Amino acid sequence: MASGRLTLTADEVSFFTAAADTLIPGDDLSPSASACGVIDFIDSELAGAWGQGARLYRNGPILKGKPEHGYQLGLTPREFFRTGIAAAERWTQSTYGKNFAGLDDPDAALSAMETGKASFDGFEAREFFEALLSIVMEGFFADPIHGGNRDMAGWKMVGYPGQPANYRDVIEQHRGKRYDVAPRSITDIGK
Amino acid sequence: MVTRLKEVDAVVIGVGWSGSILARELTKAGLKVVGLERGAMRLPETDFALPHSRDELSNGVRLGLVLDPSIETYTMRHATDETALPIRRFGAFLPGMGLGGAGTIWNGLTWRFTPFDHAARTRTIERYGAGVIPEDMPLSDWAMSYDELEPFYERFEKLCGVSGRAGNLRGRKIDGGNIFEGTRQSDYPNPPLVQSQAGHMFETAARKLGLHPYPTPSSNVSTAYTNPEGATLGACQYCGHCDRFGCAVNAKASPNSAILPVLLRDPNFELRTDAYVTRLIYDKAGRKVTAVRYIDRKSGEEYEQPAGIVALCSYTFSNTRLMLMSGIGTPYDPHSGTGSVGKNFCYQVTSQVQVFTKEEINPFMATGGHAMNVDDFNGDNFDHTGLGFIGGALIFAGPTHGRPIVNRPVPPGTPRWGRAWKEATAKWYNHSFSMHASGGNFANRGNYLDLDPTYRDEAGLPLLRMTFNFREQDYKLSAYTLGKAIEIAKAMNPALLGTPMPRKGNLNVVPYQSTHNTGGTIMGDDPHTSVVNRDLQSWEADNLFILGASVFPQNPAHPPTGAVGALSYWAAQAILTRYVKSPGPLN
Ligand SMILES: Cc1cc2nc3c(=O)[nH]c(=O)nc-3n(C[C@H](O)[C@H](O)[C@H](O)COP(=O)(O)OP(=O)(O)OC[C@H]3O[C@@H](n4cnc5c(N)ncnc54)[C@H](O)[C@@H]3O)c2cc1C
Ligand code: SF4
Repeated sequence: MASGRLTLTADEVSFFTAAADTLIPGDDLSPSASACGVIDFIDSELAGAWGQGARLYRNGPILKGKPEHGYQLGLTPREFFRTGIAAAERWTQSTYGKNFAGLDDPDAALSAMETGKASFDGFEAREFFEALLSIVMEGFFADPIHGGNRDMAGWKMVGYPGQPANYRDVIEQHRGKRYDVAPRSITDIGK
Repeated sequence: MVTRLKEVDAVVIGVGWSGSILARELTKAGLKVVGLERGAMRLPETDFALPHSRDELSNGVRLGLVLDPSIETYTMRHATDETALPIRRFGAFLPGMGLGGAGTIWNGLTWRFTPFDHAARTRTIERYGAGVIPEDMPLSDWAMSYDELEPFYERFEKLCGVSGRAGNLRGRKIDGGNIFEGTRQSDYPNPPLVQSQAGHMFETAARKLGLHPYPTPSSNVSTAYTNPEGATLGACQYCGHCDRFGCAVNAKASPNSAILPVLLRDPNFELRTDAYVTRLIYDKAGRKVTAVRYIDRKSGEEYEQPAGIVALCSYTFSNTRLMLMSGIGTPYDPHSGTGSVGKNFCYQVTSQVQVFTKEEINPFMATGGHAMNVDDFNGDNFDHTGLGFIGGALIFAGPTHGRPIVNRPVPPGTPRWGRAWKEATAKWYNHSFSMHASGGNFANRGNYLDLDPTYRDEAGLPLLRMTFNFREQDYKLSAYTLGKAIEIAKAMNPALLGTPMPRKGNLNVVPYQSTHNTGGTIMGDDPHTSVVNRDLQSWEADNLFILGASVFPQNPAHPPTGAVGALSYWAAQAILTRYVKSPGPLN
């Protein structure tokens, strides 16, 4: 089924939406991750140079290392999420008889991946969870120019003022005092 | 086919901090110099311009200005009986690439090393006896004393417009500066930066404990400044985008802001970017490097650039790798202890604890270098009797940024996602900062660099392999100095403290620790145990000089670049006043 996306399939969109909104649910602190554009962010990141393996050393041999060696798979981020989501969905199906987006308690499923209680076939559940958490947080907190953090909801939640970040004239008066300003993004100051 | 080019007076390999300084000194004296830089051209007005330059995702997270590992990376193992695996994405340290090198993206903390750091072996034996030096620690003195290098430290500080407060001016101790520092002949060129709330809390607490807090000497200049080269640095905006970024307002001294504007206009200098150096052509019998081979990464063409003087200024890793690939000197063998190229590879022993406060912190109003520090537990400024380690750590606090993709601490026990995470993040983002004990790392016989037998770079050449792990010395140093940091943190009367994070276990290449990698081509007075002499001249090739932290015999606690800059001026002076007049061994 067409997804209207750069690279994500419709199934991947529904997985990411359900997972991201469990990680960052909507409440009075901010709208949910997907309502903040996090899925748009993920789509554009995975379709772009980074998703296609830029700045990643991919030469073999690919060997299993210790955790201290960091990432040791031959997959690009795009391939990593394609393979990882498929494995997560297989695990969800066999554990709960449903796909991820249909789960009654997605928190429990993500917790199982985070703690390593879930075991995917052919893929490290924890490694998958960590990558998922990272890309969702990136989408929530990166400058909106990248497609997420819509209306700077992530920045408003914590009180990060964004751009242009010139505090020379205010730093002294605000030592120990809250600096209350409406945040601005790259497009705001590029106008 | 390799195209052989016309000989020039000097070739500088790598145009970061050390390459820029050396090239500037040589061209000023009339020499024709070619700079070969593997990365791209990078100019502040085009490459660090607002509004895009302060984008956390591109530079802070995706590391847009760091060495691209698909071009060249390193492999890592913890011991010689293991297989090293490649670092596929940089994390623990971030090597530079592109005009300006890591000098473009550094934080700007600009320390001198202490007199103890220059004479660690002699001083340790004097005070505690040789018995305290572990058998597997090849502890050495530097090849020059602090006092000898002092004028050169000063030159680098003036180049960078360092903002700071002297603590030992011609022997007079000054409260509010670092009273443990070596004697300085002049004060810093600029006053300290405006202090942060975190730094202020640190200062008050440290004083209460009878310690000696002082502001970071910083190349993020506190006020507009014109350096001796005539380059103008802007006043720092406290924008919180120093490390990993180019400075949009030229307030951070970098090669790009402080020296390249002048060097690039000098007709004696020719810069070639995208020039990936793969080999020094070595005439062993003639004791000379006759030419430098490089690949033009844009066209794939190979060139050989002959030169009268060759300087390796390509950072710890490439300096060592190019020596090994060119067959100059004897590779170090950890089993027999013989050979010198690759030995004494050192890193940094970092530890930290997160402080949660009642006060508003505004972590985003920050610069790389406006922390408050104490040196009371650094070097030999305290009694080590019975502690089981030597050296110490710089203890400091003060945010360097509040960039929210990575900097949003929550108290221990908080979930990492979901509603409770949101609440804690919203509550604590502006009420937290980290305290650090950044320790020196002494050499160990088992920690070294050589060529990897398996993994290759973009050009098909062997990657550099690091064999490294932390040792008992490091764990003890970390536990002790972090304990002291926690005492200071407690004296701040914090709302909460995070879980202490001493250095434990194996070297992990994922979390950032520091880009302070040293050794591999160390200086010394014995050709059998060192690679360069005290003029930073190779023992094997008279016209080859090696600049950068690769010449440090071990890594002191203070950040390295003040010394890297000083040593660049030191080597330039030796070349210009002695080598050029009578080429040959200087020692
Ligand atoms: C994020 C970050 C923060 C830092 N903060 C601090 C700090 O606050 N204080 C401090 O003291 N230090 C800091 N450092 C370290 C500091 O940047 C380095 O010590 C300094 O830049 C070293 O100077 P250098 O000339 O030896 O190397 P660099 O400045 O890195 O220059 C080396 C150059 O050589 C080039 N090169 C390498 N190999 C080749 C080759 N084969 N062919 C051609 N060119 C080659 C590289 O591309 C690079 O441009 C930091 C580093 C990083 C990455
Ligand atoms: S904090 Fe200051 S020195 Fe650092 S990047 Fe911003 S303006 Fe430049």
